[in-house]
Amino acid sequence: MNTTLAPAPDIASRRASLKEGRFRWDSFFFTGLTGLCTALILAILFIILGNIVVNGWEGLSWRFVTGSADKDMFDVQKAGVLPMLIGTAARVILMTLFVIPIGVITAVYLIEYARGSSLTTRIIRGAVNNLAGVPSIVFGLFGLGFFINFLGGSLDAAFGSAEPRWGKPAILWASMTLAVMTLPVVIVATEEALKSIQPGLREASLALGATKLETIWKIVLPNALPGILTGAILAVSRAAGEVAPILFTGAAYYMSSLPKSPTDQFMDLGYHVFVLSTQSPNIEKTRPILYATVLVLLLLTLALNLVAIVVRARMRAAMRAAH
Amino acid sequence: MPHRYADSATRPPGWLGRKRGYRARPFEWLAEKAIFLVSLSAIVLVFLIFIFVAREALPVFLGQTNSAAAQETLPATDLQRLLKENPERLRRYLDVKPEPFAKMRVETGHETLKILMEVKEEEGKEAPKDKDARVNTTDWRYLVDAYQWSGYTKPEYIWQPISQIHKYNIVPLLIGSLKATAVALLFAVPISLGAAIFVSQLCPPTLKEWLKPGIELLAAIPSVVLGFFALIVLATLLQKFFGYQSRLNAFVAGIALGLAVIPVVFSIAEDAFTSVPRAYSQAALALGATRWQTAWQVVVPAALPGVFAAVVLGFGRAIGETMVVLMASGNASIVSASLFDSTRTVTATIAAELAEAVFGGHHYRILFMLGTLLFIVTFCTNWLADAAIHTLKRKLEGKS
Repeated sequence: MNTTLAPAPDIASRRASLKEGRFRWDSFFFTGLTGLCTALILAILFIILGNIVVNGWEGLSWRFVTGSADKDMFDVQKAGVLPMLIGTAARVILMTLFVIPIGVITAVYLIEYARGSSLTTRIIRGAVNNLAGVPSIVFGLFGLGFFINFLGGSLDAAFGSAEPRWGKPAILWASMTLAVMTLPVVIVATEEALKSIQPGLREASLALGATKLETIWKIVLPNALPGILTGAILAVSRAAGEVAPILFTGAAYYMSSLPKSPTDQFMDLGYHVFVLSTQSPNIEKTRPILYATVLVLLLLTLALNLVAIVVRARMRAAMRAAH
Repeated sequence: MPHRYADSATRPPGWLGRKRGYRARPFEWLAEKAIFLVSLSAIVLVFLIFIFVAREALPVFLGQTNSAAAQETLPATDLQRLLKENPERLRRYLDVKPEPFAKMRVETGHETLKILMEVKEEEGKEAPKDKDARVNTTDWRYLVDAYQWSGYTKPEYIWQPISQIHKYNIVPLLIGSLKATAVALLFAVPISLGAAIFVSQLCPPTLKEWLKPGIELLAAIPSVVLGFFALIVLATLLQKFFGYQSRLNAFVAGIALGLAVIPVVFSIAEDAFTSVPRAYSQAALALGATRWQTAWQVVVPAALPGVFAAVVLGFGRAIGETMVVLMASGNASIVSASLFDSTRTVTATIAAELAEAVFGGHHYRILFMLGTLLFIVTFCTNWLADAAIHTLKRKLEGKS
């Protein structure tokens, strides 16, 4: 043991000496400024949400949500959004069928199989990041050029149908286009979920003689399920609000009946917001249904997002507890 | 109990790694290969996007489209001579695909071809005859350079696809996109960086738990809703405040775009600031720096590549955003430096005009060409941001 200990710091005098230094006006100012930036963003968020909720609330009714638009979609008394809700739901549900398997398998490869620094992994990650940054309208062009013209056109040629059955805008092509767009969301969320699983679990499974594939199938994936679900919910929420990719791949301005098969066009909630706010014959008159439609769309996407945030927060807490 | 294969002499040859690869577990081997193949789909998709968007625009890039209003016409009586001498030229002239053309050629009397020739001749007679009509407006010269159309006093950049002379100058659209993007970045970047510094460095941790998801909730608002908000509420509000002429303009669109950009810049910058090791800031605090000094002089410089990535990705988001600008920019293709003029962006043009463009026509091709340009621009920005984030990671791990 060392014999001479430093004299115990006199906390009170030290605090006094620190306080003696001049008050840091610059620190105070800039902390306040950055705080104001944060407050401004949140204020904008609340103004947008508040404006829509306040103005949309009166137009929102059970009849509006479950009513169809078969008479006149600009008629404040009669118009409903059920066909749009069904169309939007159909396209996002179909989308999850395409995007979840591909996204999850890619994430499994990246986390469980790939070596972190190999060239292939880096290229895959680069491609995923790139896909996340492609403008939504370019996805729309891609859907038209690839799915409708190329795939649909080839299918029509193969079946030899006289009038295009596949080579035209449809729910199927819209959901495939959206699946391409939301692939990065699912991959990133699943990756995070897989990373959060404690390595001991995998090692225990392997030590008991399970093969790698068995470990992934029976141990890793079930444990990652909340995270995968988060990814799916986020992808659905992102896709539900997107309009640009479906402009040319499936959304219809108006349809008198509901779509009957995946090769039909559909009416869409987001596109309907666009139609109501730009093509209305009398914007003042149709304002209530416009606000109500926006509110329905917003409630849909925000509710999904809140679920995802809660699931993710729980997952992170569980992860912190486990490690 | 001793293991079944404890005695080395009785071990079958496949035990513990003697058989490798697909022979050891064929199913597992197959599954692994399948997983690998599926994981390549992201790469394949990026390629497919480029190839299939560019494919539709290929004739423009190769200079094979001709949009001149007055095309050269051949007399209908020349049909027999042309059929003998140069059927391929005739096919191009009539704009018929090879398969139907082959059918028409074997037809007795060539009735269909005769009618097509006559229609073409009629069209030629009705087409305008001035010098503008002979211009192929899809030529690169006319796409990017000013041209003095008849009736104008000086060379001008004009985007006017739906008119007798299809004018496809893309300069007004590029200027429109850049104007809206510039406003969006000037508005969004300082605010989001400030918020990112505050949330990651200055505010108490319990507050951070609430602020971060709160700000990221902004990303959950669909862009069509932001566009709606800009169109219905923001445009009126800003017009009252600034008192400019046209209600919808680059400024309104830019501010609304900024709302879409804020969550992008915020979350990437916040990630970058948080990823700076705590030892950095603790060392600075121990030396007596205030929290703000630590954040500004230690953490921000260390995370600078991340800030760069955030701004670059914000730019990519702003230039590619469609619904907001389609609804809030006014969509008039005017070349002007003023932010308060109505403006038309590249993305809004594609969204608004593709549905009406004739499938496979020059207008359609030009719109896909714009899409290809957009893809190339965002590909570059994504790549730049990716490289910057890599630099940041390497720097913080102390490997550079």
